[in-house]
Amino acid sequence: MGVTTREFVTLLHGMFFGGFFLMALCGAFMLLLDWSDAKRCDAHAVTPPPIPAWQKFYFVALAACGWAAVLTGAYIIYPWYRAIAPAGADLTLYPKALLTASPNTSGWHSLGMEWKEHVAWIAPMAATMVAWVMTKHRAAWNASCQVRNAVMGFAAAALLTAALAGAWGAMIDKAAPVEGGRTMRLMENAR
Amino acid sequence: MTESQNPNVSRVAGAPHADGAVAAALLACGIGCFVLGVLTVAGDGSKRLASALNFYNPTGPLAGVTTVAIAVWLIAWAILAARWRTKDVAFRNASATAFVLLALGLLLTFPPFGDLVLGR
Repeated sequence: MGVTTREFVTLLHGMFFGGFFLMALCGAFMLLLDWSDAKRCDAHAVTPPPIPAWQKFYFVALAACGWAAVLTGAYIIYPWYRAIAPAGADLTLYPKALLTASPNTSGWHSLGMEWKEHVAWIAPMAATMVAWVMTKHRAAWNASCQVRNAVMGFAAAALLTAALAGAWGAMIDKAAPVEGGRTMRLMENAR
Repeated sequence: MTESQNPNVSRVAGAPHADGAVAAALLACGIGCFVLGVLTVAGDGSKRLASALNFYNPTGPLAGVTTVAIAVWLIAWAILAARWRTKDVAFRNASATAFVLLALGLLLTFPPFGDLVLGR
């Protein structure tokens, strides 16, 4: 049982960075919903409590996972995906060429990948903004209902775009997996 | 209860909780998303622009589209933050503009909408 280098990096991109980012965004959205209670905010606006260290770490890690996901995707995996296949090459090593070779699968590229590769970047931008407001300007969050609504809206946009990118990525990788590179053995074959 | 109704909440300009800094971050994020959407469609419609945005050949024009969008986002954030950091601004207008830009950015990254804009 083994995994190729490209499969391993794709796992890191989608399951580790992307998966953690999506889960952390869901968690952050739930926290923001809880923290947006008007009575709680009014009380905290009068006597603001210190922001716990775990919350600062959580928001920084959230944004970092988002950036790691889009950067590994765009600069490591996407070049493997879009590499031009030489004539007569085995298309399983060239996912874009494999998908566009058939009208039955070309939509995975022309709609799925074309959308995913761009919309994904909105998520870390919005998540960074949310993280920055919640760690640096919590007082403004507590003091203003408008601030709370606006930040929650951008957090929802980050969640939506991360989910879109993640879902398309999973489906595209199922239709035409990114493969190749050295095989790393994880376990000896069963006898 | 909002800040306008709560007498206990200070809204003094220059105070650390002034919402200008948040408005700057929101609007800059909206601008960044909008630029991302515009460059996505423009790069798709113009081979010349796509070639100019090809900052890193293995990634293609995507590298330029995202690098420029991020640069515009960060520069806009720095400029707006410097201007609004300690001020209470018209937050409703700033956030409404930010949401319109965000929605346009989202829409422009959707390939069928981009094709519609390009008349395909």
